[in-house]
Amino acid sequence: MGELRLMKGNEVIAEAAIRCGCDGYFGYPITPQSEVMETLMAREPWDETGMVVLQAESEVASINMVYGAAGSGKKVMTSSSSPGISLMAEGISYIAGAELPCVIVNVQRGGPGLGTIQPSQADYFQSTKGGGHGDYKLIVLAPASVQEMNDFVELAFQLAFKYRNPAMILSDGAIGQMMEKVELSDFQPRLTAEEIKARYGSWATTGKTADRDYNIVTSLEMDSAKMEHNNLRFQEKYRTMEEEEVRYEMIECDDADYVLVAFGSSARICQKSVDIARAKGLKVGLLRPITLFPFPKKSIAELAKRVKGFLTVEMNAGQMIEDVQLAVGCSGNNVPVKHFGRMGGIIPTPGEVAEALEQKLIGG
Amino acid sequence: MDLAEIIKPENLVYKKPNLLTNKTMHYCPGCSHGVAHKLLAEVIEELDIQEKTIGVSPVGCSVFAYNYISIDWQEAAHGRAPAVATGISRVNPDKVVFTYQGDGDLASIGTAEIMHACNRGENMVVIFINNAIYGMTGGQMAPTTLLGQVTATTPCGRDLERNGYPLKITELIGQLPGTSYVTRQSVHTPAASRKCKKAIKKAFENALAKKGTSFVEIVSTCNSGWRMTPVDANNWMEENMFPFYPVGDIKDAEKAGPEAFTKKN
Repeated sequence: MGELRLMKGNEVIAEAAIRCGCDGYFGYPITPQSEVMETLMAREPWDETGMVVLQAESEVASINMVYGAAGSGKKVMTSSSSPGISLMAEGISYIAGAELPCVIVNVQRGGPGLGTIQPSQADYFQSTKGGGHGDYKLIVLAPASVQEMNDFVELAFQLAFKYRNPAMILSDGAIGQMMEKVELSDFQPRLTAEEIKARYGSWATTGKTADRDYNIVTSLEMDSAKMEHNNLRFQEKYRTMEEEEVRYEMIECDDADYVLVAFGSSARICQKSVDIARAKGLKVGLLRPITLFPFPKKSIAELAKRVKGFLTVEMNAGQMIEDVQLAVGCSGNNVPVKHFGRMGGIIPTPGEVAEALEQKLIGG
Repeated sequence: MDLAEIIKPENLVYKKPNLLTNKTMHYCPGCSHGVAHKLLAEVIEELDIQEKTIGVSPVGCSVFAYNYISIDWQEAAHGRAPAVATGISRVNPDKVVFTYQGDGDLASIGTAEIMHACNRGENMVVIFINNAIYGMTGGQMAPTTLLGQVTATTPCGRDLERNGYPLKITELIGQLPGTSYVTRQSVHTPAASRKCKKAIKKAFENALAKKGTSFVEIVSTCNSGWRMTPVDANNWMEENMFPFYPVGDIKDAEKAGPEAFTKKN
């Protein structure tokens, strides 16, 4: 059993980063995630593990600092909230194009624009469909608890390095701000310069030595045929992720007639909604995608063959519903797919979800 | 004397630095980038720091700088090279990191990144090529374009009311306590190139000695963008650029810090 603590989701991100041997964090303050950098600064990990923590002049700078440090083979990350992630979109596209591993945490707040500081899930499209320019995908993990804020930091790094691709932890203001019991991960040492050279020296800017040609970290290729080749390689990588990295949780789906599909905070609420519906004698289950990209479309398609309908519950105007509809469409059994959402920083109650289920799906 | 006799070590008076690759440069004949690259390669070679030097190339004509010098490179988004260099330098304090940026990259879109990196005193070298124009995109007005200068987006000359003043960003950088060495050089004559090489060498020695940010502006020609022959471009630069961008050291301090404010100008 690891060390048990009562902590905020944002604080846990910081603690997990230190414990997993992260080399650097670059960030800029924005509500509701500022505790990530505050916790790191208070913990002074540079003394303990040698981890660098730097407050940048902007989100634009922080993501480019991540680019530079990641390009040298280091394990580095940033965190922000929705408007800040929009500012990082350029840098994230470059990181994906240069195939660099890094972790980006988005503690979402309501938009558009300056929006609100309250929780939201309205960055689903931005996170899962690219967000910046060009054809690229992020690996997107959606934590639904403070425990998963801990667990997904190392998982995101593992996936990022496995695929040399940026990974995003798509959280929200509720998970970031709430306190829960958490079992912290054990400490693992940072990689040494020699280990980094041995593992990533074939591509990272570890310094040109006589035993290899010089390395260039870039997303640029002026030859269209080569650039298309790069794109095809990226697409192949994304397909491999879809084959091998899909993660999801199914709750009471075995006998379900109706299935709620929800991630993150919404999934937490939907667990209670399932209980409410079951108490009324309705056979309702919950599918919680843990990876939003790759999306558990096969599991949804399988469910679609035997259930009567789906309700996606999202703190947005209806974004993930499009992926559920696509998956259901692939099943050959076009059962209804409906959406229930709240916006502007409002968190739906379990009761409203159960009510929406009856009105939109069962009664409709 | 036949060729075999001529090519003998004792007859060698000049050779391409070993670190310059054999790739044909894409720069226009007459452009200052080629000389600047050569000086940079010579300095890295003479200091024997190939294994610990990481270059960051910008967006602009010198985006392909990484094709020409045999060291590890990272190519940054437009204007973001100082942030990329900060990231590399912070997690690799044993490395010598430099950015190579043009005036559009450094003094327009990347103003925030360069000011803050220099103000934090990131241990790095900045090579700033100022040719008062956007070269790669076809000769548009740059922040450093002189008043009255004709460019693709100032066809009647840069107009004060419409376009504002040219930006002397190197003087601003000289005011920042994070910088220890700030200088303006040129490479239009052999003598100027020798001085410029000394400046680049000092900047890299400062980085090795952890003296914060060293900043070398090279006032340069873009004869293609300026629509001039290389010789005319050199003359135009001397007559028009140097009075506004005077060559010489702006700051040369023992180390970065609050006391390291501007000595000259």
